Amino acid sequence: MNQPAPLRSRAEAEAARLPPLLARAEHLAGTVLLGEHGRRRSGLGDDFWQYRPVQPGDSRRTIDWRRSARSDMQFVRQREWQIAQSVMLWVDNAASMRFASDDKLPQKSDRARVLALATAILLIRAGERVGMTGQSLPPSRGEPQLRRLTEALGRDGEDDYAAPDTSGLMAHGRALFISDYMADIAPIRAALTEAADRGIQGIVLQILDPAEEAFPYRGRTIFESVGGTLAHETLKANELRDRYLERLAARKDELAALTLATGWQYQCHHTSDSAQSALLWLYGAFERGQLR
Amino acid sequence: MMLGPIGFTAPWLLVALAALPILWLILRAVPPAPVRRLFPGVVLLLGLRDDDSVTDRTPWWLLLLRMLAVAAIIIGLAGPVLNPDDPAGREDNGPLLIALDASWASARDWPAKRELLDGMLAEAGRQSRPVAILRLSDPEEPLFQAAEAWRVRLSGLEPLPWAATPDLTEAAIDRLGDEAFETRWFSDGLAHDGRADLLQAFEARGPVSIYESPRPVLALAPARIADGLVQLTATRARFESARDVIVEAHGRDPSGVPRVLATLPLQFTEGALEAQGELSLPAELRARLTHFEIAGQGHAGAISLTDDSLKRREVALIAGREDREGLELLSPLHFLTQALQPTADILDGALTDVLPANPDVIILADVATLSGAEQAALLDWTNKGGLLLRFAGPRLAASDVSRDTEAPLMPVRLRVGGRMVGGAMSWGEPKALAPFSESSPFHGLPIPSDVTVSAQVMAQPDPTLADRVIAQLTDGTPLVTRKRIGDGQVVLFHVTANAEWSSLPLSGLFVQMLERLAVSSSLTAPDAADLEGTIWTPVQVLDGFGRLSDAGTLPGVPGDRLVAEALGPELRPGLYDGPDRRLARNVITAETELTPTTWPARVSVTGLIRPVEAPLGGWLLALALLLLTADILASLALSGRLVPARAALLVMAGLLIPDPGQAQGDDRTLQATSEVVLAHVLTGNGALDEAARAGLFGLGQTLFFRTSVEPAEPIGIDLETDELAFYPLLYWPITPDQPTPSAEAYARLNTYLRTGGMILFDTRDANVAGFGASSPNGTKLKQLAAPLDIPPLERLPEDHVLTRTFYLLQDFPGRHTGRPVWVEAAPPDAEKIEGMPFRNLNDGVTPVVIGGNDWASAWAMDDRLNPMYPVGRGFAGERQRELAYRFGVNLVMHVLTGNYKSDQVHVPALLQRLGQ
Repeated sequence: MNQPAPLRSRAEAEAARLPPLLARAEHLAGTVLLGEHGRRRSGLGDDFWQYRPVQPGDSRRTIDWRRSARSDMQFVRQREWQIAQSVMLWVDNAASMRFASDDKLPQKSDRARVLALATAILLIRAGERVGMTGQSLPPSRGEPQLRRLTEALGRDGEDDYAAPDTSGLMAHGRALFISDYMADIAPIRAALTEAADRGIQGIVLQILDPAEEAFPYRGRTIFESVGGTLAHETLKANELRDRYLERLAARKDELAALTLATGWQYQCHHTSDSAQSALLWLYGAFERGQLR
Repeated sequence: MMLGPIGFTAPWLLVALAALPILWLILRAVPPAPVRRLFPGVVLLLGLRDDDSVTDRTPWWLLLLRMLAVAAIIIGLAGPVLNPDDPAGREDNGPLLIALDASWASARDWPAKRELLDGMLAEAGRQSRPVAILRLSDPEEPLFQAAEAWRVRLSGLEPLPWAATPDLTEAAIDRLGDEAFETRWFSDGLAHDGRADLLQAFEARGPVSIYESPRPVLALAPARIADGLVQLTATRARFESARDVIVEAHGRDPSGVPRVLATLPLQFTEGALEAQGELSLPAELRARLTHFEIAGQGHAGAISLTDDSLKRREVALIAGREDREGLELLSPLHFLTQALQPTADILDGALTDVLPANPDVIILADVATLSGAEQAALLDWTNKGGLLLRFAGPRLAASDVSRDTEAPLMPVRLRVGGRMVGGAMSWGEPKALAPFSESSPFHGLPIPSDVTVSAQVMAQPDPTLADRVIAQLTDGTPLVTRKRIGDGQVVLFHVTANAEWSSLPLSGLFVQMLERLAVSSSLTAPDAADLEGTIWTPVQVLDGFGRLSDAGTLPGVPGDRLVAEALGPELRPGLYDGPDRRLARNVITAETELTPTTWPARVSVTGLIRPVEAPLGGWLLALALLLLTADILASLALSGRLVPARAALLVMAGLLIPDPGQAQGDDRTLQATSEVVLAHVLTGNGALDEAARAGLFGLGQTLFFRTSVEPAEPIGIDLETDELAFYPLLYWPITPDQPTPSAEAYARLNTYLRTGGMILFDTRDANVAGFGASSPNGTKLKQLAAPLDIPPLERLPEDHVLTRTFYLLQDFPGRHTGRPVWVEAAPPDAEKIEGMPFRNLNDGVTPVVIGGNDWASAWAMDDRLNPMYPVGRGFAGERQRELAYRFGVNLVMHVLTGNYKSDQVHVPALLQRLGQ
């Protein structure tokens, strides 16, 4: 998956179908930076927000004389506080993501990257700052960042499975974690709780192949992980199906519980479904995040 | 052991087939190989145990495949043989006589016969039978000797160009002796006289078997001339289905090289024995013919040599006085023309014009005096073998030619005035002709009684006169005299060529006399009586395969035998030289009929091909290998280790090895025509070409994102070799060192420009859009564009459609800014409507855009869509790049939409015109 150019053009195509996403910041502290859109409260900005009566402590310079002259009270002219928010992406690039059960289906990693980049494009259009977790790409805005994101997303990892990387997460920012979450659950739990502790609102998107959901295998089979580090042999694969599905459901439940506890949002997406639906959900998830 | 036509060398091995059912039971119990699958969810599987281990069954079709493979191996090892040679069939150790017809008709299948003969001799050698070989066309005493001795001499055994005559057959029967022997007779498929006797003689001495090719014998009859066309007739011996043959006319081309001059397809219709066709050949070509041949036959009967009878002589007719209008029968040349027309080519014209054509004969009718130059040329021509034929007449009689001394071009001296007999004012009867003497060339011609002579010129009695007279009247006065000059001769008819002086020109005798004088060539072949007493020497002879060779020291043949006698050792087919002509003796004459052999039912007749014994073991083993290969593939497929697509690819790669060059050209054409492709001219400068390619790539990407134009990868165009018609836009960067295209390339460029193409010239130096001669790029552009069909140009006006096809633009920057861009000028009478002139030429599209802003560099993107070259500084630079892209988009839109965009601009004006 070292083809950034088609990845970006497809991501642009996905992003082109949604209106620009205006994320609203809830948290001011920490990552306050000036952005293009108002925060519906007074602060430093260019646009008029409201007049309010002078209160003790206001500097005389802040009194708006034109407004005050129309009445007996003194008014202060407030401007809208504009900020931009930092959204950090983590996209699993481990070997387990490079799997597609059918030639007609995209690989999980492919779908994950397209969704991540589409989200990034929406966010950047809305004036947000988007970066990658880890030390690779700090959040920034504008077209060049998109290009850098595209490149950063195109890198394949060496490991077979990976847990979310929480380094570089800005406190009180937002985060989007995309993975199949097949790795050991302990590091995942640790990463999510740590991120939640730092006041980060986030989204957990699990991407699964339909074959992982259905387990349509029969007969004597040796199952191998994509990286080749794990293998499991069975003589009757169909016998394993029910038990495998139980474990998968348990993993999903655990993820859902985890996100519920940390105030995050969780969704499972299959590569056989359209990317548009997942992006719509992500759009909605960011909207919902704003309401909290 | 035999099963139908198949025998086995080791039949006991077949018992192993009984083991197959056991193998079936063993093979079916083997569990299948595990399938390896990539599965990320394996993490969740770790630790899960199987309840019990179950064996699976091998699928029945795989078992069947393996069974078949094993069965094929067993049967293959048992050594099956198709059509085995049964050695028990011929157990005869007596002497063997091999009789060969060895005639021309057997020449065609000679290699097959020789091969069969070789096999027979080898077999006889193994059985140590004494063998004798008898050629019936050249019979000798049969000499029984060891087969090996005959095998050595086999290559020298060749068919002869004649067939066995009754005499030869009789001689053969006489020499057979009394010993008993087996006879194998290689027949040529044609019936010859005496066949039945010979067969009886053979049968009296032992068993006879006949070997005869079923292929029909084709022969070519001598060509005939009818109505100026060459008539060719091919014959065949048997009634058969329709068949096409091709007759080739062989001859020498003007440089003397033998080659096929013409071909004539003939068709035997179903059941016909003959196929006829006509060939129209110019006289010059016909004179160069050597022989006709049925293509692909390769025997002497399919060849027909041509001789003088095919050649038409060129005769020049020259009259002493102009034709008088309306009195054609009195014209001195009328009867000559009538007599010669069927058989000769007649030349008309003045003597000096005719002589360079070197005619065979020149006829002077009543021509008295010749100018000095004419006389000298004529004398020279006669010396070299020409025949000068003169007729008397009033002018000759009145002139002083050859009066006192003999003129060089007259055979005799003439007396003054001539004489008139039997007229109204003279005594005596008109004279008749005397019989021709033996020394005369006219000897033997019958003299019709109604031929009379009433006037003539008289010869002076001279000592040489008697030798020179070749025809005379009953009173002894010469009528025709002849004198030899060098290789040629002068013949004088003492009468006119028309019927004024005699009735000779009205008679058939006149034509025959001309024929004898070889003025005209005869239409019929000479018969034996004609040729009696002449000796003909062979020049070239044919062998049995129809090859011509020099006759060498072969003796001459009397003329009567040449025509009448059948071919044999003493009379070979070929070309014979006679007294004054050349005759061809062909194997096939006009009378020859081909009749097929009819053998009595008691003798066995076989073809030349014996069924070949074919061991089948190898094929069966190969089949087993194939089955096992299929088994491997099937097993792999069952265990999931065979990606079907990959297997198909391998098979395809094995089956097809496409021609890469062809495919490449086709690919390019396909790519260029299936999508919109931007093209740039290859300049030979690698960096520049790469920049142009990247630029067009970048422009293509921009178009892709912003417009409905979705171009494919750009293509570099070699002006010399590539087709231009597929590309809407050519980007042509100018560099001083690029080669100038050839004239053909310019021709194609001009076609391209006239048919709606657009070239964007880019000098890339930013300062010569004004086109002063200062920059090298500008100079080169001038030089390159000079042969191009470029209309008058103007600076891109503000109202040009190019400024508004997609974006509204007023600047057209590339890496450089601000320089004017030149496009085709609006027509001077262009009507300005709302300030916008209509441009109708070339569908409203300017054929060239010339500028120097180095657009490609501004457009250039690498594979990751990052700009490759810096443009300007900072945001201003980005803005400039954006404008460059917009210019590119406008340009491509302009090219692709033609006058549509132009009309869009003018819509208000158009609506107004329509009265709305």
